[in-house]
Amino acid sequence: MNLLLSFVAVFVIAFLSWAIAAGTTASSVLTMYVPYIVFAVFLGGFVYRIVKWAKAPVPFRIPTTCGQQKGLPWIKNNPVENPAGPWGVIGRMAEEIFLFRSLFRNTDVKMIDGRPVYGSAKWLWFFGLMFHGSLLVVALRHLRFFTEPILPCVNFLAGLDGFFEIGAPALYLSDAALLAGLTYLFLRRVVLPQMRYISLLTDYFALLLIAGIAVTGLLMRHFFPVDLLSVKSTVIGWVTFTPVVPEQAGVLLYMHLGFVFVLMAWLPWSKLMHLGGIFMSPTRNLINNNRSQRHINPWNAPVKVHTYEEYEDEFCDKMKAVGLPVEKE
Amino acid sequence: MKQHKWRFILPGLVIFVVGVTFPLWYSAVNSTPVPVLSLDTPVINQLQNKECVEDKAFMSADHMKMLHAWRDEVVREGKREYTAKDGRKFEKSLTRTCLSCHSNKEQFCDRCHNYAGAKPTCYDCHIIPEEVKK
Ligand code: HEC
Ligand code: HEC
Ligand code: HEC
Repeated sequence: MNLLLSFVAVFVIAFLSWAIAAGTTASSVLTMYVPYIVFAVFLGGFVYRIVKWAKAPVPFRIPTTCGQQKGLPWIKNNPVENPAGPWGVIGRMAEEIFLFRSLFRNTDVKMIDGRPVYGSAKWLWFFGLMFHGSLLVVALRHLRFFTEPILPCVNFLAGLDGFFEIGAPALYLSDAALLAGLTYLFLRRVVLPQMRYISLLTDYFALLLIAGIAVTGLLMRHFFPVDLLSVKSTVIGWVTFTPVVPEQAGVLLYMHLGFVFVLMAWLPWSKLMHLGGIFMSPTRNLINNNRSQRHINPWNAPVKVHTYEEYEDEFCDKMKAVGLPVEKE
Repeated sequence: MKQHKWRFILPGLVIFVVGVTFPLWYSAVNSTPVPVLSLDTPVINQLQNKECVEDKAFMSADHMKMLHAWRDEVVREGKREYTAKDGRKFEKSLTRTCLSCHSNKEQFCDRCHNYAGAKPTCYDCHIIPEEVKK
């Protein structure tokens, strides 16, 4: 049901873009004004979410670690998995962001002879890393539309990516890797019953939306070529604040843009915000020094206390009167 | 942890914002005119109706595919003649067909390729007539 709905949602976007492409007013609005609105929503939303997270108080170091904490000198500790200083944390964050360390820990349970047996399951890590890596390369390659003269490193990246020169225009390896990664992530949700059970509408929608972007992009590159000259002039028009309507643009370009705009505007409010969230994960970015340093809860209310000394001061006479021992005097 | 977390979050946010708005800064610093494709060559000037091999929209989007198809047909099958959709006949040749009309490669092909970030490697082997003449 969720799956069906997300398919419907993606097709609605595609259909809308197709309709927009047909109308001249609508298409000029889409290519001239919507990009700015979408970009503002993206940027504003992103900053808003980060600031909101940053404001959440973190009174205590959350010690979900996977290694021995630094303790006595003769106990071997793990400085990265359980960092005692800033360099360890930097190492742990880098592992998490660039290598998806947590996913590498993924395990799988199987019942063998009535006993649960745990084994490592690295497929999700592998395809996840491949998907994210190629997504990054694809995004960076798109800078060729956004910069004039094109940054040399972008051209270099594109050359590396199309190194094998399969077909004309050359097939980018990152495109193939992106599709493979998406296919795995999607099938994983659809085929495994327990995954299907916990998958929400937005889980499917995110994957299908990105798949929509990738497929329309590939179609434009390899099967129904568009005139890159007019595409680039349009994009350069955006970044120089002199937007123009693309002279020659197919329906595919509008669909591509439609998907991208939806993705960008939706990203800050969705689970895809893990793009910024990963930097804010308290279980990864805090030095685990709970035992070596005292952390005082900053919002501890000032508790009203009445110490024994004050008590005695207050009731001194009465205590003396009934003969109770007093400490003062 | 109270104040000092902002020491990391704020620079991070600034890097992010500058990063995603980079094209705006970059284009503010660099001038970004749309390249003018010059058709001013002796051969094209002599043409009665100024037409490419196929119509303009097809050429600007599909010429790489056409050239690759030409090359394969010439080299593998020995078919050297191309009949355009409107019946005109051309020799399937990069140098002798395309560059005879577009002999100003630098003001035409290269301008567009640099703008779009395309890097044809053809001229590692194929000659560019203009340069030979020099
Ligand atoms: C490794 C060297 C090399 C490279 C690189 C190369 N070619 Fe060729 N090309 C040849 C040779 C050799 C022939 C055969 C010439 C003949 O039989 O007339 C040829 C023939 C052709 C022909 C048909 C004959 C003619 O006169 O043009 C076309 C069209 C062609 N190449 C297009 C291309 C294109 C487009 C590229 C760039 C994507 C390219 N070639 C890159 C070596 C090369
Ligand atoms: C008969 C001379 C002639 C030949 C041969 C020729 N062209 Fe053209 N080409 C032209 C003319 C004239 C135009 C302008 C067409 C127009 O504006 O409608 C043009 C336009 C183009 C365009 C579109 C430019 C734009 O403004 O978008 C491209 C791309 C192109 N040619 C590439 C090629 C390639 C590649 C070849 C070789 C396969 C080739 N041409 C062969 C004359 C020629
Ligand atoms: C309207 C702009 C434009 C003009 C003019 C133009 N090209 Fe291209 N050309 C492109 C684009 C865009 C690509 C594909 C870039 C991509 O998708 O990476 C391309 C790709 C190519 C390729 C394939 C490159 C490869 O790596 O296989 C060849 C060959 C080529 N052009 C030849 C020519 C020749 C020869 C001329 C001049 C007669 C010419 N082009 C004029 C825009 C243009």
